[in-house]
Amino acid sequence: MKKKPVLTRMRESRLFWPLVALGIIFAFDAIFEPGFFKIGILDGHLFGNLIDVINDGAPLMLVAIGMTMVIATGGIDLSVGAVIAISAALATVLINPALGNSLITNDILTKDATNTPLPIIVFVCLAAGTLCGVWNGLLVSRAKIQPMIATLVLMVAGRGIAQLITNGQIMTIYYTPYFWFGNGFIVGLPVSIFIVAIVLILVWIAARRTSWGLFVESVGTNAKATFYSGISDKNVKLLVYTLSGFCGGVAGLILSSYVHSTDANNIGLGYELDAILSVVLGGTLMSGGRFSLGASVIGALVIWAFTISMYTIGVPAAALLAGKAVLVLLVIVLYSDFARRFMNRLFERKGSQHGATD
Amino acid sequence: MADIQNMISMKGITKIFPGVVALEDVDFSLRKGEIHALMGENGAGKSTLIKVLTGVEHPDKGTIELDGKLVQVRSPQHSQELGISTVYQEINLCTNISVAENILLGYEPHRLGSIHWKKMNQLASQALHRLGIDIDVTRPLGAYSVAIQQMAAICRALEIFSAKVLILDEPTSSLDIHETQLLFDVMQKLKGEGLGIVFITHFLDQVYQVADRITVLRNGKLVGTFEAAALPRIELVANMLGRVLTELDAMAKVKSEQKESQERLVETQGLGRKNLLEPIDLALNVGEVMGVAGLLGSGRTETANLIFGVEAPDTGSLLVKGEKINRFSPLESLKHGVALCPEDRKAEGVVGDLTIRENIILALQARYGWIKFLPAQKQYEIAQKYIDLLRIVTPSPDQLVKNLSGGNQQKVILARWLATNPQVLILDEPTRGIDVGAKAEIQKLVLELAEEGKSILFISSELEEVLRISHRIVVLRDRKKAAEYAGDASDQTIMQTMAGTV
Repeated sequence: MKKKPVLTRMRESRLFWPLVALGIIFAFDAIFEPGFFKIGILDGHLFGNLIDVINDGAPLMLVAIGMTMVIATGGIDLSVGAVIAISAALATVLINPALGNSLITNDILTKDATNTPLPIIVFVCLAAGTLCGVWNGLLVSRAKIQPMIATLVLMVAGRGIAQLITNGQIMTIYYTPYFWFGNGFIVGLPVSIFIVAIVLILVWIAARRTSWGLFVESVGTNAKATFYSGISDKNVKLLVYTLSGFCGGVAGLILSSYVHSTDANNIGLGYELDAILSVVLGGTLMSGGRFSLGASVIGALVIWAFTISMYTIGVPAAALLAGKAVLVLLVIVLYSDFARRFMNRLFERKGSQHGATD
Repeated sequence: MADIQNMISMKGITKIFPGVVALEDVDFSLRKGEIHALMGENGAGKSTLIKVLTGVEHPDKGTIELDGKLVQVRSPQHSQELGISTVYQEINLCTNISVAENILLGYEPHRLGSIHWKKMNQLASQALHRLGIDIDVTRPLGAYSVAIQQMAAICRALEIFSAKVLILDEPTSSLDIHETQLLFDVMQKLKGEGLGIVFITHFLDQVYQVADRITVLRNGKLVGTFEAAALPRIELVANMLGRVLTELDAMAKVKSEQKESQERLVETQGLGRKNLLEPIDLALNVGEVMGVAGLLGSGRTETANLIFGVEAPDTGSLLVKGEKINRFSPLESLKHGVALCPEDRKAEGVVGDLTIRENIILALQARYGWIKFLPAQKQYEIAQKYIDLLRIVTPSPDQLVKNLSGGNQQKVILARWLATNPQVLILDEPTRGIDVGAKAEIQKLVLELAEEGKSILFISSELEEVLRISHRIVVLRDRKKAAEYAGDASDQTIMQTMAGTV
């Protein structure tokens, strides 16, 4: 078999366009804020904008991994932001001895203590996220409710549940071992990025080294034909929502650890939409079918690289959303059929010229 | 023959796509008051010719004359304005709005700035009445059968665009015998009114039933235009295939030489489900092809779905190799060696965005489960084996299935099931909408499989085909088993049973 030229193979790779987007943002930084890429060493670990992109982006990357699988089955999970809130609320309430019931005294806030052992906190966070996912999965696969409606239920109800857990208060915690997840470093790199790597590798193995990935793509392309082929499309769907819930649980853990607190109304707000955007940036179609986990993770990086870049060059926080709107618009136009055809023609013409001169 | 007026006269049409010559120097003419069948295998250039005529594609060479005047058909809209209308196989109307709205969409009669509903319904009724159809036009289009929906599409073409030329692309593929007859009556009526009709179909019977002339294309070239009455059927087939078809003759011999065993493979005892299928008794032996004949809605597909476990039966029992089946699902059937090649290839068969390889291993992988994933090399081996065996035309096993022709897609679905090495193969309309050559190949394959000792339940709406390859024939009517015949029963008997006139 003849190998295609390197350039063509690169262009056909699913990672190509998300990397181009990332490259454009970095090129922009290089021109307008050359100091952006400076990485220093402080207290034996790295710091700098790039490290911030990775550390701040970790929760979104996690959620995007789960969302990729959901979208690949042709579904959507709007509840991940709320799942983050539930997971974070549980963690803080388990740590804070006040349990949100009595008045919070200064004493409690500054005492380096926890009410529950760390392993149990971690377990409860992950289990709660997973249970939320199972709930979504059952609604979609067994009750046959449209994914958007089914997950909307938890999107709305989840924040309510989180507020019940925290008794409507902003819970602040002070327990150093727990802060490690969102602020710690291993060999100079943030802990969160290792968590992302572990989840990504595990999900990738599950998707590409078992038949799960094939089944997901098959369900997303044609669920009925998949069922006729002897595959339980219901279980395939149940599993992707469960995974998405689990990822939300992990993200909630990291986020609450990072900000040392949980505000049930605000933590993880809008994460579901950013996760969907990451997946779209990664080139997975909203209609389902082919997916790429790596591309979605890069998509999440693009969003955070953009956010941090905007902050660095001094765009006020209020204008950030408008800036993001421009990014989204650009991406949508770039990914449209029209632009694709245009680019393909451009490349083909160049390709044939190469052929002529060779 | 100066008195015969050519409405359309296409000369020397050539259309080249990158890498493929789709049409090469093709002439085509359509007379006033004529039904002209356009025949050819898949990929012969029929659709391209129609696309050129309707302005979807522009010819690289050649001229189109309409009523003796040279025209350039710029776009589908332009062709409609010129009086050329097309009714496609998949009807592009809206099923959720009323019949009248569908017919007059965009051209509704107005009064005082709002739609004059009464007049609109009246106009639509009249238009349909002209075709000999009287229905309530205020009901949604989806409430009526596909045949009526087609009539509405034809009606729209006639009323709104005052079509002089009507192109019917595979109009009968989802119609039953009665509906087809209804369509043919309408076609004859329109022909009487001086319309020219281009008729594209895979059904040879139907061509001879209505067509005045036949134009045959092969590999983008014109084979010839013939008077239907002067072209024997076997010659037509030979023209389409470009070879003398002896395979079909040989097949009849294979079947008669075959010895059946009496070993039971599948047995249903009063298997049924309320509102789906009345309790049915069937017995399928080793090495046997059992044909299932019946009109649309007679319970053919329902029988297949019950045995395969797509729907769970609520009465009776199913025995496979003497073992009673208690749980019903496609996966269970798969484990018991039962496979179903479903009727609706597009909706229930192909997974378009996956590759040929992935489509072929899908059912096998389903049986292996989630953890035991076939290694890539093994997947390629299996895919290549069936690509060779079934002669699937593709540059590579990594081709997406949606890019294949209908016949090749069907072969991929067959391969998916053959890869699981089933004992019992249920084929529901395996040859629908595919060309003569692929049809013959699939029929031959079915007989070969039976010879290997597999049992096949062969469901088809083409009686000729059922008769040709079945050892026994079950006739269904009104969701019930009507009768069972030996394979050498006459088509007359079976047709009468199907129609319920015995």
